Amino acid sequence: MPREKILHKVRTALGRSSGQPPAAPPPVRLRIPDVPLDARIESFICALNKLNGKTCVAHSPQEVLDYAAQLCEGKRVVASNSPVLRECGIVELPNVRSNYTDADKLREACAAADIGITSADYALGDTGSLVIIASPREARLISLLPPVHLAIVPRSRILTGLDELFTLLPNPAEQTSSMVLITGPSRTADIEQILVRGVHGPREIHVVVL
Amino acid sequence: MGPRVALFVTCIVDQLFPRVGLAMADVLERIGCEVDFPEAQTCCGQPAFNSGYRAEARDVARHFLSVFEQAEYIVVPSGSCTSMISHHYAELFRKEPEWLDRARAVGSRVVEFSTFLTEVVKVEDVGARLDAVVTYHDSCHALRELSVKSGPRRLLGRVRGLTLKEMDRAEECCGFGGTFSVKFAETSGGMVRTKVDSILRTGAEIVVSIDSSCLMQLQGALARANAPVRTMHLAEVLASR
Amino acid sequence: MSKAATTEPSKFRQTLEDANLQLAVYTATGRLMEKRREAVAADVLPEYQELRTQAHEIKKHTLDNLDYYLELFEEHVTAHGGKVVYCKDGSEVADFVLRLAKERGARLIVKSKSMTTEEIDLNERLAHHQLESVETDLGEYILQLAHQRPYHIVAPALHLTRYDVANIFTEKLGVENETVIEKQTMIARGVLRQKFLQADIGISGANFLVADSGAVVIVENEGNARLTTSAPRIHIAVAGMEKMIARAQDLPVFLKLLGRSATGQPLTVYTSFLSGPRREGEVDGPEEFYVVLLDNGRTRLLADREKRQSLYCIRCGACLNHCPVYRKVGGHNYPWVYSGPIGAVITPQYMGVGKDPWLPFASSLCGACYEVCPVKINIPKLLLDLRSEVTKFKAKERGGWAERMVFRLWAWVMRHPRIYEMMGSMAAAFFPEGEKPGWLRSVPSFMNIGPLKGWLSQRDLPRPASKSFRQHWRSRRKGGR
Ligand code: SF4
Repeated sequence: MPREKILHKVRTALGRSSGQPPAAPPPVRLRIPDVPLDARIESFICALNKLNGKTCVAHSPQEVLDYAAQLCEGKRVVASNSPVLRECGIVELPNVRSNYTDADKLREACAAADIGITSADYALGDTGSLVIIASPREARLISLLPPVHLAIVPRSRILTGLDELFTLLPNPAEQTSSMVLITGPSRTADIEQILVRGVHGPREIHVVVL
Repeated sequence: MGPRVALFVTCIVDQLFPRVGLAMADVLERIGCEVDFPEAQTCCGQPAFNSGYRAEARDVARHFLSVFEQAEYIVVPSGSCTSMISHHYAELFRKEPEWLDRARAVGSRVVEFSTFLTEVVKVEDVGARLDAVVTYHDSCHALRELSVKSGPRRLLGRVRGLTLKEMDRAEECCGFGGTFSVKFAETSGGMVRTKVDSILRTGAEIVVSIDSSCLMQLQGALARANAPVRTMHLAEVLASR
Repeated sequence: MSKAATTEPSKFRQTLEDANLQLAVYTATGRLMEKRREAVAADVLPEYQELRTQAHEIKKHTLDNLDYYLELFEEHVTAHGGKVVYCKDGSEVADFVLRLAKERGARLIVKSKSMTTEEIDLNERLAHHQLESVETDLGEYILQLAHQRPYHIVAPALHLTRYDVANIFTEKLGVENETVIEKQTMIARGVLRQKFLQADIGISGANFLVADSGAVVIVENEGNARLTTSAPRIHIAVAGMEKMIARAQDLPVFLKLLGRSATGQPLTVYTSFLSGPRREGEVDGPEEFYVVLLDNGRTRLLADREKRQSLYCIRCGACLNHCPVYRKVGGHNYPWVYSGPIGAVITPQYMGVGKDPWLPFASSLCGACYEVCPVKINIPKLLLDLRSEVTKFKAKERGGWAERMVFRLWAWVMRHPRIYEMMGSMAAAFFPEGEKPGWLRSVPSFMNIGPLKGWLSQRDLPRPASKSFRQHWRSRRKGGR
């Protein structure tokens, strides 16, 4: 059994015995700065704009819908099953397809779509990141395959940063198989360090804060 | 009366650049130190240590410790040799507690020259004058192992007639690295040429450093390139009037 | 050159004399240095030094208790429906992948960037059995087409220009000669998009393994790792076991350091936290999830208390960018896939110090690597330790006696001040200051050997002073000053 052999080798190398508890780990270092909501929203927008992300602050579901409708006009669109999108009426837009529960069908739809619309579970104010947790409401590929990604984020979900996220979710694995942080559009600089957006993921990212 | 100091001039200054040691002694005496030169001194052992010959390095280190055990302050015109004694002797004598204690005791009294001026006797103006535009090369061990960065610049700032022009790559290694300079001659040569370019871009007439070994590498490359720039140890600058 | 030499391999010359390559590498690494410097500056990240210390402490703790955390990790992966596979070397990894591919009838593999799979030549091993695995990171894809090894652990194609890429694409993909970088990128996107949609298995690496969650964490900018781990039915993460960290709550410390140290980004575009296959109710994601934990010599590194720290590496590449030697000799002159300072430290430990004994000596010990390492690996110290191991190894093999004799003799002289002084005077007598003062451009040919030859090949030589410091000192004291 390679498993036993390797574990045995590790223990021998470390001078430990099987089942021996570890020494006390260093204390966790999570510091949450005190930043009011407005400042978090502003910082989020500023950080994302710097990365070439497009942002908009909506004051009503109708404004969200207007933004989405304009962006989606004449495009093939896939939307996630998030209640937020439904509440804003996005799934009712004529060219938006939604309500996928089958992985293969969803994949096909996403591969052919121009725009993917999702919500975000959280957003991080300091880095301009979206946090999307895979669930029956949010799939992985909608924010990934279409060349344009639109995300709707309820303002109360904007956190200060990573430290706050991991304070709220000390162990994301307990609730999902996949949590992804998205910080700006997909990019590469692999050839001569020249920045190119949209290499594999979306080249455009739009976030509407509600 | 200033403190009593013992000079450790390093083997390279002793044999190749005695004027650096003399300048250092001049400056220290000028500010009122009582200067002593223990004649049994030779080398700190760094060449052997850096080449992987620990036993040989230990032998030389023991000799160094015996020579300097009594000194109050040991002042050195080199960040690299200072760090060898204050940092790396501990590694050399890891398994010899008695020598380790002696190395720690001596190590705590070894001070690089510019640091001695700025941190121990706290003198920045030593009454020097040098009409020249100079640039300063941060030697790696002084910079990264001893955190010497602003001290030499402050000292240069007090030299009358002197203008300091920073180069764009002040913190980049000159490529000396002891035996590296001859074992990896072509790489080392490439590194120093990059550094020389950076020096030339400043338009300075003089490169100043606190390590004679870096200056040997730099001067050797500047001379080879027929560049009209010369090198001076900080002690020589401060001794100028 | 003898095999036991600790001097410069002659192959360096070609790189050193290639002006275009020198400029490309120097500029690229210089830009990365600049970006990092801005990203960790005290006004934007005041806690930078504290984070480094914390990261070091977490890695130290996790690796000091690695067996415990391996088992904890496995327990969580299993609880989430995944499977942990231990492999002792590359052939075991390949066997596992081949067996799985056969059982599942898989034909095509997509791969995201992973130095660990480079380390074990996984693609070649699979290709040997007619299993196609396609690199999907743009840089890695270009290199795979060109049959080259990564030049840099973060920016694998750092040495190639758009013209090189155009040639590679024309030759391997049969496309028109295209030299616009944006269009080249879109060509790759088109080809690889199809591969993602067809592939049966996605193989990724891992930047971190999180013990208390059974999670694999991957950071990237392109999205290819997300596609690799989301689109195919099966996801296999191949990781060295040293990638472990104890808790999910330790991640922020590392994520804040990694992107900034590598490319100056506060966070890379995508950070995926993956724990197990698609769960009940989730719409997409792989149906099978495997984590291959690779030993391949890591247990040997663990056994050395001091050198264990070389396993803390998070592969940010900062030490390469800041290394004046890497910046001169580039990434392809190192004997293994890991280049630069960290390569010089780990390669001898994996391969044995006798294999490329020059490697730990290829450093001026300037310490720039240690200064920028986000997990504070004391690389110069480890290089010094390895140098000592090399000389010991050579003594055992009865090699390198000439150098050893020189150092013995030297040490003896250094303990005898009178003899030291006498030798100095003799040397000075060889180079009389007489006719030609100043620095020497050459020496008589019988002397132009060994170190002198090395020195003079690049620079002029100082003459030994006609009067040493101690001799000056004596007259000065006599003179009453
Ligand atoms: S050794 Fe440190 S600096 Fe070098 S790649 Fe690893 S983590 Fe980065």
